[in-house]
Amino acid sequence: MADEKNKLKPLATGDRTIPPEDAKMIPVFIMGREYTVPETLTVMKAVEYAGYTYVRGCGCRGGICGACATFYRFIGDYKLRAGLACQTIVEPNMIIVQLPFFPANRPGYDLENLGGDPHEALRSLYPEVFKCVGCGTCTRTCPMDIDVMDYIALMKRGDLKGAAYKSFDCVLCGLCASRCPAQISQFTAAMFVRRLYGKTGLPRAAHLEKRVEEVKGGKYEKVMKELVAKDMEEVKKLYVDREREPDLAEPGKWLPEDKKYL
Amino acid sequence: MTGYTPELRELIKKVEATRPQRVERARKGEHFPALTMEERKQWLNKYHPDFKSEERSKVRVGPNKDAVFPDEVRVLLESRSRLDPSGIDLSKADYSTDVLVIGAGGAGTAAALTAEQAGCKVLVATKLRHGDANTVMAEGGIQGADQEGDSPYYHYLDVMGGGHFTNQPDLASALTHDAPLILYWLESLGVLFDKLPDGRMKVRHGGGTCRKRMHSAGDMTGAEIMRVLMDEARNRTEGIKVLEFSPAVELLTDKSGHVVGAVLYNLETKEYYIIRAKAVIMATGGFGRLHIQGFATTNHYGATADGIVMAYRAGVELQDLESTQYHPTGVVYPEQNVGLLITEKVRGLGAQLTNVDGSEFCFPLEPRDVESSCIIRECLDSGKAVTTPTGRVGVWLDSPMIDMLHGEGTVRKELPAKHIQFKRYDIDISKFPMIVYPTLHYQNGGLKINEWGETAVPGLYSAGEVSGGVHGKNRLMGNSLLDVLVFGRRSAMRAVEYAKGLKGDLVPTLNHVKAFHEELKKAGIMDEACVGPMLIPDYSPDHVKKRQWGVATLRE
Repeated sequence: MADEKNKLKPLATGDRTIPPEDAKMIPVFIMGREYTVPETLTVMKAVEYAGYTYVRGCGCRGGICGACATFYRFIGDYKLRAGLACQTIVEPNMIIVQLPFFPANRPGYDLENLGGDPHEALRSLYPEVFKCVGCGTCTRTCPMDIDVMDYIALMKRGDLKGAAYKSFDCVLCGLCASRCPAQISQFTAAMFVRRLYGKTGLPRAAHLEKRVEEVKGGKYEKVMKELVAKDMEEVKKLYVDREREPDLAEPGKWLPEDKKYL
Repeated sequence: MTGYTPELRELIKKVEATRPQRVERARKGEHFPALTMEERKQWLNKYHPDFKSEERSKVRVGPNKDAVFPDEVRVLLESRSRLDPSGIDLSKADYSTDVLVIGAGGAGTAAALTAEQAGCKVLVATKLRHGDANTVMAEGGIQGADQEGDSPYYHYLDVMGGGHFTNQPDLASALTHDAPLILYWLESLGVLFDKLPDGRMKVRHGGGTCRKRMHSAGDMTGAEIMRVLMDEARNRTEGIKVLEFSPAVELLTDKSGHVVGAVLYNLETKEYYIIRAKAVIMATGGFGRLHIQGFATTNHYGATADGIVMAYRAGVELQDLESTQYHPTGVVYPEQNVGLLITEKVRGLGAQLTNVDGSEFCFPLEPRDVESSCIIRECLDSGKAVTTPTGRVGVWLDSPMIDMLHGEGTVRKELPAKHIQFKRYDIDISKFPMIVYPTLHYQNGGLKINEWGETAVPGLYSAGEVSGGVHGKNRLMGNSLLDVLVFGRRSAMRAVEYAKGLKGDLVPTLNHVKAFHEELKKAGIMDEACVGPMLIPDYSPDHVKKRQWGVATLRE
């Protein structure tokens, strides 16, 4: 649709790649078949440059959604490598395959009724976590540089807080699980542990609970109704006159001079 | 092939040559003069994509007939259905459900959880995977007035001011009023908010806020919220069924024009499914992947305005859709980071923008829309752009100034995520500048709704970026995550009520599509109309297209 217009522009637009005339072209092997693509592209853009249109295997295109888990090797090199297609640059003689999906074990649970002992809850849902053989393949495979094996070790030890934060950068791509000889689905276990810790380990925010009671009790309904009904010029004035909380104000201590609308 | 190319390194020398002088002046508090209000207006009119008269045109059919939209949007609003509305047997449904949610990002998932909680059977149809949405990409945080010195009153004022007072007041009120409820809900679902040891939420200021109310979960707040909501939906498979890779391509309406379901399309098996639903919630997200006027985008692969197109045919009016938020500093190099956001904080810490000669050309902290205009002017009009090896243009964002102004290690400490993002490609942004250009960030407008997410068409609800009016013509940071959750929940509450009150059998038709096609014919544009919704963006290069014999302009 926008193609016609894009042709008129000398610039690369959107996400379509328009390599310069003198771009160096390199051979890559997409699922074993050779294509020639400009260097400097990401694997994802190289695959598109070759003519593929993604349905699976493409999401945020910015390294946070985990849709584009990729394995690759170089011709003549025994080593299996892994990365995200949107974050990995193509290199000559790369043999590429993306994981469209990877089956993971994910038992359902009721966060509200897990019983008293979080570590026991983990053990009963994910007994396989305790069979980790400590090979470290997961850690070497993780595209987010998470020490997966270490958070599994923390889980085994019952340090759920440690495991929650150590696994925090996880994008759920599933690469760890795809390579685990103990058949652990590390990333789903970590998801469970983060929620468990968030729910039962982190102290609740008392000020939030208080505010929720106020909101539910209808404290702000009248004042909001009045605001909505106000003339826009009046709203502008209120906006301009509003007091700004200092950047370095101590949490929960600062109050504005006019307390009428708190 | 990492770091800057020799050619770019040559160009960087020009920035380095002027840097000591610029830092010296910055230390004295001397800056490139800010534009006057009159100049701002002029530059916006001349360079901001929203104000360009070319590449925008009047839509010739539908509820917003004669309104002006960007060409990429207008073309889709005038598109025809993938379906032949008279040739389909709608008498049997493949799925019947109480509530159908179209889209499985933050808004869709919040809606599904809420409707299920209220005892409804929920079907979620989504184009890509569950959770594939702009929600995961929101880094900054989520606003909510939960501190003692704050209240929804002040949050409301901030939202309205940010939107230049063009917001729909009842929507802004709903957004800010419900915010504490949303934070509490997330907390109880186990979201790992950044907290002080006693449980108090850590809060910061955001652009345009008068109170510190930006809540965060590391620098991936959206991703954390999305994965928690998704995980919870997976615990409730009894009531929530999710169909992935099965986007809706058309709504279904009954003889009164009320929405009673949708047609889904399985992207993998190419099958269509007929869904009967008592109520439908549209939660398909924004339009970044239309690349309005050729801009790169921060948006997710699926952000192709599908919901707008479907709802428009069913008679829903659009508001503010002519307005788009461009973030001034999107990455242009290296290629793998193109379109990604460089936070305003970088300029806040003192980094200046320079052109290819290393000269300053604007005050670095103009409002977002003005700053974007300045950069566009410098690149396209003044011809002072930096061109990348893949043919993109931009200007330098001189981040090394930050360490010079505030001391060694400041970049690393204040901008850890950005530092790593570039370090991955052998670029140390505390030593070398970045190349940036405005990037398409947010669809300000969308479907017209009321404070309960109801559209004017009975049976159809809308939540999240697909709706317009909440943020007016400009959104503040931290309010989009809040928006998707507030209106996801609100629309679901009303949809549930409506579904429970519905009597009699649902008799779906595609009458509204027939009528829309008639309108296209009458306007004389049926033949030129492309097929919509777009579903998947097309990034195949010209040399491939030329060889795809027989494939029409749109795939399928």
